[in-house]
Amino acid sequence: MTEFDLNGRRVRPDASPDMPLLWVLRDRLGLTGTKYGCGIALCGACTVLVDGQPARSCVTPLGAVAGSRVTTIEGLSAGQSDRVSRAVQDAWMRLDVVQCGYCQSGQILAAVALLRAKRRPTDAEIDGALAGNVCRCATYQRIRAAIKDAARVLG
Amino acid sequence: MRAPALQGVAIVNASRRGFLKAGVGLTLVVVAGGAAAQAGPGKAGRANAAAPFVPNAFVRIGTDGSVTVIAKHLEMGQGAYAGLATLVAEELDAAWPQVHVEGAPADASRYNNLFWGPAQGTGGSTAIANSFDQLRQAGAAARAMLVAAAANRWGVPAGQVSVAKGIVSHPPSGRRATFGELAAAAARLPVPREVKLKDPQDYVFIGRRAPRLDSGPKTNGRAIFTQDLRLPRMLTALVAHPPRFGARVRSFDAAKARAVAGVADVVAIPSGVAVVARDFWTAKTARDALGIEWDEAAAFRLGSAEIVAEYRRLAATPGARARRDGDPAAALAAAARRFEAEYEFPYLAHAAMEPMNCVVQLGPGGCEIWNGAQMQTGDQRAVAAALGLAPHQVKINMLFAGGSFGRRANPGADYVLEAAEIAKALAGGPHAGRPVKLVWTREDDMRAGWYRPLFVHRLEAGLDAHGDIVAWQHRLVGQSILAGTPFAGALVKDGIDVTSVEGASTLPYAIPNLGVELHSPKLPVPVQWWRSVGSTHTAYSTETFLDELASAAGRDPVELRRRLLDKHPRHKAVLELAAQRARWGTPLAPGEAGERRGRGVAVHESFNTFVAQVAEVTVRADGSLRVDRVVCALDCGLAINPDNIAAQVEGGIGYGLAAALHGAITLAAGIVEQSNFHDYRPLRIDEMPAVETHIVASAEPPTGVGEPATPVIAPAVANAVAAATGKRLRRLPFEGEALRA
Repeated sequence: MTEFDLNGRRVRPDASPDMPLLWVLRDRLGLTGTKYGCGIALCGACTVLVDGQPARSCVTPLGAVAGSRVTTIEGLSAGQSDRVSRAVQDAWMRLDVVQCGYCQSGQILAAVALLRAKRRPTDAEIDGALAGNVCRCATYQRIRAAIKDAARVLG
Repeated sequence: MRAPALQGVAIVNASRRGFLKAGVGLTLVVVAGGAAAQAGPGKAGRANAAAPFVPNAFVRIGTDGSVTVIAKHLEMGQGAYAGLATLVAEELDAAWPQVHVEGAPADASRYNNLFWGPAQGTGGSTAIANSFDQLRQAGAAARAMLVAAAANRWGVPAGQVSVAKGIVSHPPSGRRATFGELAAAAARLPVPREVKLKDPQDYVFIGRRAPRLDSGPKTNGRAIFTQDLRLPRMLTALVAHPPRFGARVRSFDAAKARAVAGVADVVAIPSGVAVVARDFWTAKTARDALGIEWDEAAAFRLGSAEIVAEYRRLAATPGARARRDGDPAAALAAAARRFEAEYEFPYLAHAAMEPMNCVVQLGPGGCEIWNGAQMQTGDQRAVAAALGLAPHQVKINMLFAGGSFGRRANPGADYVLEAAEIAKALAGGPHAGRPVKLVWTREDDMRAGWYRPLFVHRLEAGLDAHGDIVAWQHRLVGQSILAGTPFAGALVKDGIDVTSVEGASTLPYAIPNLGVELHSPKLPVPVQWWRSVGSTHTAYSTETFLDELASAAGRDPVELRRRLLDKHPRHKAVLELAAQRARWGTPLAPGEAGERRGRGVAVHESFNTFVAQVAEVTVRADGSLRVDRVVCALDCGLAINPDNIAAQVEGGIGYGLAAALHGAITLAAGIVEQSNFHDYRPLRIDEMPAVETHIVASAEPPTGVGEPATPVIAPAVANAVAAATGKRLRRLPFEGEALRA
C-alpha cells in the first residue's frame, strides 16, 4: 500500500498504485477541494503540490507519490509559517477573484507555488506559471491582480 | 426567455400558512440555531426536514441574528447569490457580515422566475432584473416586522424606531436590540400588506461593492459542487453514449465490466449503457471494458462542411420574414454601390469547468436530486414523467454550479433525466434506493451535443451616391433552439424563433430599407442557448458588416454609428463613453518591428443591457493575434453591485474571446471531432486582455449583466484586426485565418 504525507499527516489509502492521485484524494480520502476538469493534464483544476511543486493529480498515479509530501487546497494556510498561502487566499478574497469557483483550488495552488519561488513575479512570469490553469469564467485579470496584491503584502 | 411585466408580490406570514398558495411570499421564520452554511451539501434539505417551519420564502432571521436569504437563482459564477442578498439586505438594513445565502428548493409556486411566468429557473440574464422588486419588498417587510416588534416591546411609536447595520434602535430613549433578540416576537406579528421601499438616495448597499458571499468557500476548497457531494451508500455512474447522434444500443457485453472489482451494476438506459460502481475510477475503468454494438440505422452522418454548404445554398434563397422596413430589394437594386458578405459560425460547446453531473436518489415518496439546478420546473416535469411521479414528488436541491453558460438549463433535462434513468434501472435490483451520482467525463461533456447552433449569415447592403446606407438585407440560416421546447409557444412566432434572429431583427441603426429573413433547417444535432444566445452570432455579422460599410464609405466607424443611433440614446451613450475612455481617434502606440496594431469598436444590446467595446489588437509578424486591451461601457440600468458588473464584463469578454479565437465543434460524418481542451481550446491567462469597465449611471430598473458583454468582443476584435491589416474575418473562429502581411 502506498504511503505518503498529505497536508502534514501520513496516509495509506486503500487504492491501487496506478489509480490517479486525484481520485484517491476525492473518492477514497474524501478531500473534494481538488477538482476534476479534463482528466488529461490540460486544465489544471486538479493541481496539487507534490514536494512543493505543482502537479496534475489527474495523471499522477498514486504510486508516484510514495514517500512524498502532498499539499491540497485543504492543507493551505495550515501552518504558522505558511505566510504565502495565507497571503494568496486573502488576496483572492479581497479582490473577489472567484466566479463559479470550480477551477480556483488549482489556480491558488499554482499561485502559491509561483510566489514561493518568486516573490515579485512580472505579468509574463504570472502568465507563464498559470497558463496551464484554465478558468472558463475567465477570472484571469483578477488572478493576475491578486497574485500581485499577495506579493505586495508579502513584501 | 423574456416576458413582460413583473407580477404582483403577495406577502404572507408563516402563521398563516394557508395563504401560501397565494403565491410569492415572505416568511419570517425563527430558527433556533444560526444560519445553515451557504448552499452546503443538501444542508438546506436536511434543515428543512427538521425545522419547525419550512423556509418558504426569501428571508429567515435566526435568534442568533443571522439573516439567511433564500436564493431562487442558481449561483454559477455570475454573482447571483450576492446580488439577491444585496436586495434583501438593502431594505432590511442588515449588516453584510450577518447575511448568508441558501439555495431555494424546487418549488415554482414560490420561487418562479417572474419573467418566465410559472416556471422556476435561471437564465436570460434575469436573476436580478426579475427579483428587484420582489426581494426588496421581502426585505422591507421583514424590517417592518422587526420595527413593530421593537415598538411593542419598548412601548414607543413605530415611527420613532430606526434600523441600521443590523441594529434596531429607538434614538430618543437610546434603546437598542439586535435582529436576533427581536426575531421571535417579529415572527408572531402580521405581515404588512404594503411596504414602502427606500428612496434610492438612501441606498447603503445598492450601487456599492458588496463582497461575494461565496469567496470564502471557493477559496479554501470547501464549496460543494455536485461533483463533490457525498451521500451515504452513494454509487457513481458513467455512461457510454453512442458515437453519433440518433444511434442506439443494439447489444452490449458487460462481462468484462462486471468483472472489475467495485462495479455494482451495468444497465441499459435510453441514452446508452451505464456502469455503476463504488467510485469514478472504478466506473471509468469498467466503462472502458464494455463491448457495445450500436444500431446506427437512424444515426446522423453529415459533416460540418456539408452542413455549411447546404446552409450557404439556403442563404441564397428567401426565408421567413423576421423584419421588413421599406423595400430592401428595390433599394438594393437602385443603390449606387452594393456590398455582400457571408459569415460562418460553428457549433460551440459550453465546456463549463465542471462537466455535467447529477445525483439522484429514489425513495418511497418520490425522487430527490442534487444538482447545479438551472431549470427546476422543466427538470421536475421531465423526471416525473420518466419515473411515473407527480412533479412535486421530484425534490431538487440546488448546489453551486461550476459554470454553466446556459448548459445546465437544458430544455430536455438531458443529463438530469439520464441520472434518473440510471436510478430507475437500479430500482429492481440489489442497489435499489442507493443515491447515484452520474458523472460525465470531459469527453462525454464535449461530445453530448446541446451546442450553440451552427449558423451561416448572408448580408447585402447598398450605399447611395453620398455613401449613406440605404438598403440592408440580412439572411440567417441555423437550427431553432426553441422549436419543440416549452418556450416555443411564447418565443417562436410565424416560423421565427426569436432567439435565432435577436440582435439582427432588432438592429437599431437608422436604415430606411431593412430586411431580415430566417431559415431554420431541422437537424438532429442537439442545440441549446449559449451565453447570450442569438447575439453570439448576430452581433458579429451586423457589427463587422457595418464596419466594412463605414470603411467603404470613408466614414469613421464611431461617427457613422453615432449618426445612425439618434433614436437610440442608450446605445449611443455607451458608444460615446467607450470611445471617449478608449481615446478613440488618437493614434495607438506602435508595436514592435513587424507588428501591426489596430483599434475596433462594436455596439450591441442584449437582455436589455447596452454594451459598447473598443478593442486594441496587435497582429504579430507571424500573423498571430493578441488582444491587448478592451474598454467596455455598459448601461444595465441601476448598477446593483458595480464590482460584480465589472467581473461579469471581464469574464464575459474572456468567454466570448475564447470562442472568437479558438472555439469550434465540428462534425465529420456525424462524429464530433473535438474531445477535450487540446482541440476545443479555452482562453488561457496569457491571452486575456486588460479589460476596463465603465458603467453608465442610470436610475432605470436593473437589467442583466451575465451575458451582454460576451457577444460584443468578437466583432470589436475583428474590426480592430481589419483596422490593423485590412483583412475582414468572416469565418469563426479566427484561428487558422491567415493574417500574415
